[in-house]
Amino acid sequence: MTSRPTDLLDKPAPLTTRPLKIVIAGGFASGKTTFVEAISEIQPLTTEAPMTSLGLGIDQTGEVRTKTTTTVAMDFGRITFEQTMLYLFGTPGQDRFWFMWDELVRGAVGAVVIADTRRLADSFAPLDFFEQRGVPYVVVLNRFDGSLHHEIAEVREALGIAEQIPVLAVDVRERIDTKKVLIALVRHAIEQRKRGA
Amino acid sequence: MSEDPTSGGAAPRFVRQFALTQGRARSHGEDLALDTLVKITPVGERALPREIAERAAILRYVSSPMSIAEISARVGVHLGIARVIVSDLAAAGLVAVSEAVTGDGRPDLPTLERLLNDLQAY
Repeated sequence: MTSRPTDLLDKPAPLTTRPLKIVIAGGFASGKTTFVEAISEIQPLTTEAPMTSLGLGIDQTGEVRTKTTTTVAMDFGRITFEQTMLYLFGTPGQDRFWFMWDELVRGAVGAVVIADTRRLADSFAPLDFFEQRGVPYVVVLNRFDGSLHHEIAEVREALGIAEQIPVLAVDVRERIDTKKVLIALVRHAIEQRKRGA
Repeated sequence: MSEDPTSGGAAPRFVRQFALTQGRARSHGEDLALDTLVKITPVGERALPREIAERAAILRYVSSPMSIAEISARVGVHLGIARVIVSDLAAAGLVAVSEAVTGDGRPDLPTLERLLNDLQAY
């Protein structure tokens, strides 16, 4: 028996492009969307994701006891390369959206944590989160107004950031700066991979 | 409440979208990650004239690869709904999907090294 020509046509078109993602984290108004906008090839888009957070968790019979549905706005952009499409997802920074971060960081190249030097404490939660899950990350100090409220060494000390983790002071509005950050992150991810961490 | 699909307002629209997926907030198949890439197949191209509403809108957008998150933003449907519809379209062979290769949950070394080169040249 010979196969009909339609059998060939009906084969799924090969989709060889693979997705990659980097998470851009930071507190409210820390510059996440500005960062994405500076390097993305498209205007940042927003998706309204209905998210279910489990209040008290799931009981032994598998029944959900309490759940809350929240709509979370998430800004993102992308860069298309020859074999991959890199998506940059800005996370809502608040603690209560952690349940969404789990999905976001699954399979991610890594994360960029934008620290607001006027509100350093806001960075503790994302730093802990990525640390605990072994997600490679770099820390960015945003110098919107050309200056920093703290020096890099001070911030590293204050946030307890390990020596091997890059901390960069950049202007997140500048494409060249955001590119530098992404390159530093990928380099760091490669090193972490090689160490088998 | 009227069922006029052209009526405005966020709530009725959401209800209608929910009806479109027959009340399913989860897909039949595995849950697709929000960065899963989607592209129309030849079968999908032939089926497109018969498709309507969000299914047609999605098929029109994915002539080149696009993530589920981007589909959700551009078509104007909630992420969960986009996942369900894409999952249905993939099951019917109308779209092909491509997910991140993450054997142990992280991109492998060759992938990272290629990304580094790509970024440096960008």
